[in-house]
Amino acid sequence: MKKNPLLGRDVISMRDFGPEEVRAILDRCRGFAKSSKPLLQGKVLANLFFEPSTRTRLSFDSAMKRLGGATIGFSDSVSTSISKGESLWDTIRVAEGYCDIIVIRHPAEGSARLAAEATGLPVINGGDGSNQHPTQTLLDLYTLQQRTGRIEELKVAFVGDLKYGRTVHSLIRTLSHFGAKLWLVSPSALRLPDDFLDDLREAGTEHHVVEDLAAVPDDVEVLYLTRIQKERFVDAIEYERVRNAYQVAPDNVARFGQKLTLMHPLPRVNEVHPALDRHPGAAWFDQAHNGVVVRQALLALCLGAA
Amino acid sequence: MGRGIAPKRERAGAGDDGAADVKPANAKMQVSALRSGTVIDHLGPSTAFKAMKILGVAADATVLIGANLDSSKLGKKDILKIEGRELTEAEMNKVALLSPQATFSVIRDFVVVKKFRPTLPDQVEGLIRCVNPACVTQDPRVTGRFHVVGKEPLKLRCHFCERSLKESEVEFL
Repeated sequence: MKKNPLLGRDVISMRDFGPEEVRAILDRCRGFAKSSKPLLQGKVLANLFFEPSTRTRLSFDSAMKRLGGATIGFSDSVSTSISKGESLWDTIRVAEGYCDIIVIRHPAEGSARLAAEATGLPVINGGDGSNQHPTQTLLDLYTLQQRTGRIEELKVAFVGDLKYGRTVHSLIRTLSHFGAKLWLVSPSALRLPDDFLDDLREAGTEHHVVEDLAAVPDDVEVLYLTRIQKERFVDAIEYERVRNAYQVAPDNVARFGQKLTLMHPLPRVNEVHPALDRHPGAAWFDQAHNGVVVRQALLALCLGAA
Repeated sequence: MGRGIAPKRERAGAGDDGAADVKPANAKMQVSALRSGTVIDHLGPSTAFKAMKILGVAADATVLIGANLDSSKLGKKDILKIEGRELTEAEMNKVALLSPQATFSVIRDFVVVKKFRPTLPDQVEGLIRCVNPACVTQDPRVTGRFHVVGKEPLKLRCHFCERSLKESEVEFL
């Protein structure tokens, strides 16, 4: 029997997991891709979504139900006691009486950590502001492993909004522990924040901060694209200029060859040319679908059922 | 733990080693000796008032402040003498967040009975404000907590939002 890397633990931040633990979790995920036994029959998941989500909420819902469990929850805070001024701490203390495990998405950064301290139940972070989105990171790693056969020493270029995207923050930091070489392609206004760059320097991770995809070498193995969010720009003209400059089309990626893996956390607007869906490396829908497998594994592991 | 030393009279001016650290010409500007209490020497320049705030020194307490004095070690420094209050080691360690090089002398009847060089705590709770406007600790019902991840130079990380703070960004509550 393999050791359960998540027994008695929460899933709040990728900082909490060392490389061996990440490998152990991914190893367990593979088992869930093959079958869905009713491991969580009689268990209840509370999906506490204080801000909108499509993929994360639906895939947790699907994952729990595929394992025979039930789900309760809400998908915005307007109809909850939070709108009456209830503290997050109290909301969690109340919810813990209704369920066996909690998934939380909340706009305040650090909210998932606070929730985990409020309850003895396992808590999984479904995204806390611009901070962490560990289940997305794990499904990205799972997809990378599927596509490239490994997660170690990959050459990866991140393209787009590297300032506000929690998805890229978690993934960049985690890949740095696996010997990745990174190209960070963004307009200067959306550059990776300095403290992340400091962490990369401290970890000795080779990384290149560039503004143009043309500066990325031909032998890069993965392009991780992100959406540039209009609401981050004060100047609408600047937004239009940047948005169009970072649109990736078949012509831009031809030099990287057919082995290139193309990823995007979705939703996408116009940063990915529709024709790229036909590229053999396009993995965005795999990522979304792998979310169910990975979340099944996390739920079952956290509840000690796997 | 403080180091045991032979009793030594507190001199007018700085703490026990501070007197030697101050140029003679400047010594006349120093504040007088303390009967009993705590002398904090080698505070960074212009930090004495912040140290008082961190320590919660009462508004009616007797304190002597030397600000922006010449120092051979630091260039400039502050000195703070608090009459009638012996700081605990935990309190002294809090001041280290503001001024890691600060030194402390506890005085009783003009005699230095204890010298202490503080160490930065591994974790700080409730003292510092997170600079991240989106952090959950912006809710006044949540007490902030930081991990000390670097000591020279000082670097803190918010326990909740994970934002790193450099020394220049540290803002005390």
